Amino acid sequence: MMRRDPLLIVDGLRVTFDTPRGPVVAVRDVNFVLGREKLGIVGESGSGKSQTGRALLGLLARNGRVAARRLSFDGVDLLRAGEAERRALRGGRIAMILQDPKYSLNPVMTVGEQIVEAFRVHANVSRREARLRALAMLEAVHIREPGYVFDAWPHELSGGMGQRVMIAMMMVPEPDLLIADEPTSALDVTVRLQVLALLDDMLARRGAALIFISHDLNLVGSFCDRVLVMYAGRVVETLRANELRSARHPYTRGLLACQPRVDGDGSDLPTLDRDPAWLR
Amino acid sequence: MNRAPAIEVAGLDVAFGRGRRAFRAVRDASFSVTAGSSFGLVGESGSGKTTVLRALAGLLPPAARLRGELRLHGGLLRPARSRALRRRLQLVFQDPYGSLHPRHTVDRILSEPARVHGFDSIDRRTVAALADVGLDPSFRFRFPHQLSGGQRQRIAIARALIIEPAVVLLDEPTSALDVSVQAEILNLLQRLRREYALTFVLVSHDLAVVSHMCEALAVMRAGEVVETVSVDALRADTLQHRYSRQLLQAAQGYRSTAAGMPPAER
Repeated sequence: MMRRDPLLIVDGLRVTFDTPRGPVVAVRDVNFVLGREKLGIVGESGSGKSQTGRALLGLLARNGRVAARRLSFDGVDLLRAGEAERRALRGGRIAMILQDPKYSLNPVMTVGEQIVEAFRVHANVSRREARLRALAMLEAVHIREPGYVFDAWPHELSGGMGQRVMIAMMMVPEPDLLIADEPTSALDVTVRLQVLALLDDMLARRGAALIFISHDLNLVGSFCDRVLVMYAGRVVETLRANELRSARHPYTRGLLACQPRVDGDGSDLPTLDRDPAWLR
Repeated sequence: MNRAPAIEVAGLDVAFGRGRRAFRAVRDASFSVTAGSSFGLVGESGSGKTTVLRALAGLLPPAARLRGELRLHGGLLRPARSRALRRRLQLVFQDPYGSLHPRHTVDRILSEPARVHGFDSIDRRTVAALADVGLDPSFRFRFPHQLSGGQRQRIAIARALIIEPAVVLLDEPTSALDVSVQAEILNLLQRLRREYALTFVLVSHDLAVVSHMCEALAVMRAGEVVETVSVDALRADTLQHRYSRQLLQAAQGYRSTAAGMPPAER
């Protein structure tokens, strides 16, 4: 099961957007190697965490440019891959889950049709076979009445149900890497844990890797194996998730300290002083 | 309790629609808030917490049917209110991007309520209100799009406070902000509460924020208050209701022991 080779190698990733006011660098010199593990990328708004995820899939806005010394997925050089080759990877071997199922499901297609379409694009199966497998997939994400949800429209689903459907659809082609950008931020806290448990279960069953992009340091720390902390487009610290409390970078420590705690004493929260030296 | 309540909610029922399609958003909710304290309303989406806040603010849509009693410092709060009464209860909304008029300068955003409520020396008040929320007078001539999310929420707080309310209703005031900015806003709110002896009612889905800010809280679910407790009980982990305990557990992050078989959704 376990492969020795890393699944993903990111070396010197840089994302630049061309704007009327000149180029804006959103991600600079990001390096990491991903095995079959759960990697969290954490940062505040504007830290470049989402653009890092999008760059891997080739899903940047039109004015975005990706540069890197090396960007390789399971031996495929993503920098030199043609559009056809990238499209085959995207959705097939690398899948993405976005924050809000309300916007990422097609509103004018029933849930079932969308999953069937995913099957038929990525696996050469008949309509009937695709339907059966879609129903089985809905059951696998713990939807109690798969037949009912299969015929439902996206607007008829709750947030938690919609995100289960997204996970089901993304797991259809049995991807090796799942990139989830704030997959549970739009969900209520109790539903959030159910969806994460489901994701954990699906990843373990298929031996897939996960990049979990989030602003929530505690959540990522409790869910992932390893955490990259991003600030102003750079990775300032890489930690094992269980070593979060012993973070060394002042930014990571500041982020941890400024969060209110249920068992805190209610005195003023420490605030974050951003040191220009963090920008090197 | 030796201090008089600033807010009393007794048997509040709010329903939308009529007949078979009627929806009861709030069912028989009761709680009271001591003057000068901060009270949290906690729950998930659809629990009715924001509807309670809007009933207090007098901002329910006209079609909503409301039963029960709401009181501010002993006086009955009816849906139709005098200007003087409205001044004493102010609201700060969740989304600092949506709650400020995009084509008004900060100066106009702050001075207009002061003028409407008949205050004098508006200029001096506007500058003082900005200083109260930690912004210098140069912010007066900026538009909302020239401000960060945290600065906008400071303006929204200044707008609520410029007319000297007794009670401030806060609807998820920091959930759209980064955690480092949230810390600054929460500290600011606590300082203003102490300085002006304000009473807060804080709606939030985040138990950590409520625990940090409040002395007591009510947990709501499906329109009902399932439990009203002191924050000490929350911190000591002695919540009684099963749902409150679930919320508390969820607030403490993911545990893989819960993995494998999540409870199926209805």
